[in-house]
Amino acid sequence: MAYSEKVIDHYNNPRNVGSFDKTDPTVGTGMVGAPECGDVMKLQVKVNPRTGVIEDAKFKTFGCGSAIASSSLATEWLRGKTVDQALEIKNTDIVNELSLPPVKIHCSVLAEDAIKAAIGDYKKKAAGHS
Amino acid sequence: MKLPIYMDNHATTQLDPRVFEAMKPYFTEIFGNAASRNHSFGWQAEEAVEKARKQVADLIGATAKEIVLTSGATESNNLALKGVAEMYAEKGNHIITAATEHKAILDTCKRLEKEGARVTYLPVQQNGLIDLDQFRAAITDKTILVSIMYANNEIGVVQNIREIGKIAKERGVLVHTDGTQAAGKIPVDVIKDNIDLMSISAHKMYGPKGVGALYVRRRNPRVQLTAQMDGGGHERGMRSGTLNVTGIVGLGEACALAKAEMPEESKRMEYLRDKLKDRLLASLDEVYINGTMESRLPNNLNISFAYVEGESLLMGINEIAVSSGSACTSATLEPSYVLKALGAGDDLAHSSIRFGLGRFNTEEEVDYVSGKVIDVVKKLRELSPLYEMFKEGIDLTKVEWTAH
Repeated sequence: MAYSEKVIDHYNNPRNVGSFDKTDPTVGTGMVGAPECGDVMKLQVKVNPRTGVIEDAKFKTFGCGSAIASSSLATEWLRGKTVDQALEIKNTDIVNELSLPPVKIHCSVLAEDAIKAAIGDYKKKAAGHS
Repeated sequence: MKLPIYMDNHATTQLDPRVFEAMKPYFTEIFGNAASRNHSFGWQAEEAVEKARKQVADLIGATAKEIVLTSGATESNNLALKGVAEMYAEKGNHIITAATEHKAILDTCKRLEKEGARVTYLPVQQNGLIDLDQFRAAITDKTILVSIMYANNEIGVVQNIREIGKIAKERGVLVHTDGTQAAGKIPVDVIKDNIDLMSISAHKMYGPKGVGALYVRRRNPRVQLTAQMDGGGHERGMRSGTLNVTGIVGLGEACALAKAEMPEESKRMEYLRDKLKDRLLASLDEVYINGTMESRLPNNLNISFAYVEGESLLMGINEIAVSSGSACTSATLEPSYVLKALGAGDDLAHSSIRFGLGRFNTEEEVDYVSGKVIDVVKKLRELSPLYEMFKEGIDLTKVEWTAH
């Protein structure tokens, strides 16, 4: 299969790889997928609790090149957005940006799910603290 | 050393230049139809075919008359199974095979099931071998054929065909083996190995694509087949169609070279394969070899790099041609059924790479490949949430995943 240049670029130079402390109340963690399906994404956001802006985002992904690229791109897009803006990111935006072929659309869906899960986790924590 | 490096020799092999030289005159100069009995053009073609037939027979301990020339192993497998099922329908309708067979066997069996045959698909043990007691127990009075591959195309595991054949013969059951990966790579002897039918392919042993053979035993017992291709009655009525003389010459030459060079070549393959394996195991943790090393083709290594997905690994080593059991690299989006049959778990199937060494690989290439694979696996594990969890001591089998 031929990969788009953007997928190859994210694969070769993945952005924002790493992990935050899951127990930090300003961190939201989303982990989606399953090893037996061949894809697991962990996406984390670090939110400024006063402004609701995502100040940093990190990811780790077990999956094909398109899955790695989708989550890498997601971290780029998340930084600087408010948590509510982040929820507006759609998998189709990722498909278009990375020119993913039909068989790889599930990678973008997984990335959208990971964003929603990370934001959801942060919101739950924030609600618990207020 | 030139890139890309080809290390996918279970898929196909490079045509040996010596085979090509042998074939050359048969493209343009000696073009006769081997079935033309009344002129020298036909005689020359026939002579070439008969020489090749003998070369094929010599490789596997058969006689020339027992070699039916075909378009390749898929056709040979179809002819063996369908031909026996039809010919021996009065005797019984039960066939025994294994879960790890090639699709050319499994799908042929499925077809036969639709037509009324009963098929037992034996599971394999974790080492990739069938359990002989289980095989013995599967035989019934209605069993006409067992078809077990000599060596597996994914994991290179070599079945105990000799013993399987012995058990089958005691019960009057015919033995077919798909010898595609084994013939020309390891010693195969149809008499000693108790084989009645064997499929072989030229392009897996440095010959051309589109040509192969089916060994059909002529005595003890004399095996009969119902032809699956009707026509001019070529190949003693078992396979009609004008013979592919050029391809057949290539098949014969490939067999002759394989026979002459096997002792040395298999040692060299094993040395290179073991070097690759030892380097990978020495530099990486959580690496699992799929299938036993005790009974295996000398040129095969099938290995899972836990916590790394196969396709992403292939992407990182894109100048090395190998294949993966990962679902993402298959047309069906299902991970390898062969690895699943070993009970390794889907996660390890997704993480598997098959290395198939061949005649033209060099030690320098093996050194480059091992270094590159180690680098990319390490890089991808930095990216892997699973490897991070493993390092934190989390039992991944106890995590509740959100399957999708």
